[in-house]
Amino acid sequence: MSVSFALARSAGRRVLWFLFVGSLIVFMIGPIVWLGLRAFSGLWLYPQLLPKQWTVNGWRQVFNDPNLSHSMKLSFEFAPVVTVASAAICLPAAYAFSRYKFPGRRFLLISLFAVNAFPKIGLYISMAGVFYSLNLMATFLGVVIVQLIGTIVFMTWIPAAAFSAIPRSLEEAARDVGAGPLRVFFRVTFPLAAPAIFVAMILSFLASFDEAQGTFLVGVPKYITMPTEMYTLVLNYPEQVAAVFALLLAVPSVLLMALVRKHVMGGKLAEGFQLR
Amino acid sequence: MSTERRLDGAQQRAEAPASPAPERTDVGLQIEHVSKDLGGRTIVDDMQLEVKAGELTCLLGPSGCGKTTTLRMIGGFLIPDRGRVLIGGNDVTKMSPDKRPTAMVFQNYALWPHMTVFKNVAFGLRLRKLPRQEVSDRVAQVLELVGLTHHVHSYPARISGGEQQRVALARALVLEPKVLLLDEPLSNLDAKLRVRVREDIREIQQRIGITTVFVTHDQDEALSISDRIAVMSGGNVEQYADARSLYREPETTFVASFVGAMNSYEATVVPGGLELPGKLVVPCDDLSATGDGTFEAGVRPEDVHVSLNGDGAPADVVREVPRGHYKEIVLNAGPNEVRAFVSADLPPAEHVRISFTRALLYRDGVLQRSSAPVSV
Repeated sequence: MSVSFALARSAGRRVLWFLFVGSLIVFMIGPIVWLGLRAFSGLWLYPQLLPKQWTVNGWRQVFNDPNLSHSMKLSFEFAPVVTVASAAICLPAAYAFSRYKFPGRRFLLISLFAVNAFPKIGLYISMAGVFYSLNLMATFLGVVIVQLIGTIVFMTWIPAAAFSAIPRSLEEAARDVGAGPLRVFFRVTFPLAAPAIFVAMILSFLASFDEAQGTFLVGVPKYITMPTEMYTLVLNYPEQVAAVFALLLAVPSVLLMALVRKHVMGGKLAEGFQLR
Repeated sequence: MSTERRLDGAQQRAEAPASPAPERTDVGLQIEHVSKDLGGRTIVDDMQLEVKAGELTCLLGPSGCGKTTTLRMIGGFLIPDRGRVLIGGNDVTKMSPDKRPTAMVFQNYALWPHMTVFKNVAFGLRLRKLPRQEVSDRVAQVLELVGLTHHVHSYPARISGGEQQRVALARALVLEPKVLLLDEPLSNLDAKLRVRVREDIREIQQRIGITTVFVTHDQDEALSISDRIAVMSGGNVEQYADARSLYREPETTFVASFVGAMNSYEATVVPGGLELPGKLVVPCDDLSATGDGTFEAGVRPEDVHVSLNGDGAPADVVREVPRGHYKEIVLNAGPNEVRAFVSADLPPAEHVRISFTRALLYRDGVLQRSSAPVSV
């Protein structure tokens, strides 16, 4: 009796489990499916499960609209520049966090995270005030700086964790056979941390690519990137066009995340948050 | 190219073991009054040590005794707060590791995982911008020296621990350092391999005649491969001697208890032997000293003579532990526990008689010696 009871219970559990997973899938995949359908749909009215007409008009419109294609070009200009600048600034900091004990180390490490913990719009507003007085509003540099904010936490924490995971003796061994400090970094430390740095650069690239609030505030009217263009699109264009654009915006994310999936799953991100 | 000469010369010497290497008395390494504080604690305290050229010295001690810190100061990874480090008579105290003629084999080997065995060994040579051919010749030679001819183009993760150890040794030796430093190089190997590798290290060290400092906490390791052993405690050298005198005549009670097994008792010297607690008089005809008052007496288990009937103090057998070709027996002699190594042939018994063939007497932890041999 107890066996059949257990069976019944496990069957009930299985049903619950399927329901749970099913609703998760609907929640996660549903919007993307809808977006995909919308991008190719003509007329699509409420009770219909699938659109009646199929069209690529939305796509044509996006690629023909000079504003939209210009914003795509801009996005692909900003993201690499921001990523490289972020690496140049943050990697030395990451190394310092990992290898040296200095006063305020812990505080600084946490404060990097704090940037992401609070609503950024407040930060952007106060930055805008400073930017006005420095004549950085609506400049390329201004947008780069505001986009850097969102990349710092990735670019510092993940490589710092990777540097910490490299036994110091590997660096010492290189010193021992005659390498100077810079050579040790470029021949030993950097190659060993490269996978994590790569992940950090991808995440920074995406953070910059998707950044809308700050870019909008600092960049308008001269620098309208893809995410900022979305504001206009949602309000002023047909729904299909917005759907197409949203898909395009997602393409780099999906591709790059697929590329680094192995490393991200491998816990590089998690390691960053375990840094002491 | 001087490696060639040295390795060739070394091989010739090895092939002709009949002619002993000439005694070299020049100094390889000197540590003069070196002190180092780390994290507010004094780790090495006014340490002195001199290693002759071509000699293998072990720094032996429990963890925290300052042996690794000392090694790191020799290698240049730490700069002493006070004192000097000299190699071949030259002051290298403040020299960075890449500039000094030392090479270290790290405890975890510290092989670069992104380089093959060949590249690991060749790295230092390539930094010196040597011609390609010379680099590969020298790498091949040194790999042969350490007995690693396979897996030259494998990555370190693909080879066994023992092989990794050899690569680490080859990487250190290929640059012909004046001083070779080994930081517990065997601790990551299993017991059997450990014995073999330590013998190999000793053989290679003797073959090329390199001044070597070997850090270990394993007394067996230290006793079996060293020319001399510096037993360290509290950041200083307790005793610096060869294995035999270290074992037979430990200068302090710390050395006595750290190296080998030792029975120790509070004892007074009486005619014919020692009086232990419980008014137990144990005959002993070789005492390191005589005098009034209490001593700390140390007796090696093999210096306890056990007989079934005969002279000596009565003792009860608590247990016997077979050890192969001998056995260890634990005895109660009055309130005192006595450990003895005896022949495996000694028949089991409950009550025996014990005497000491030799006892070392300490006062304030320091070995007491009579100027003349003691006879009682």
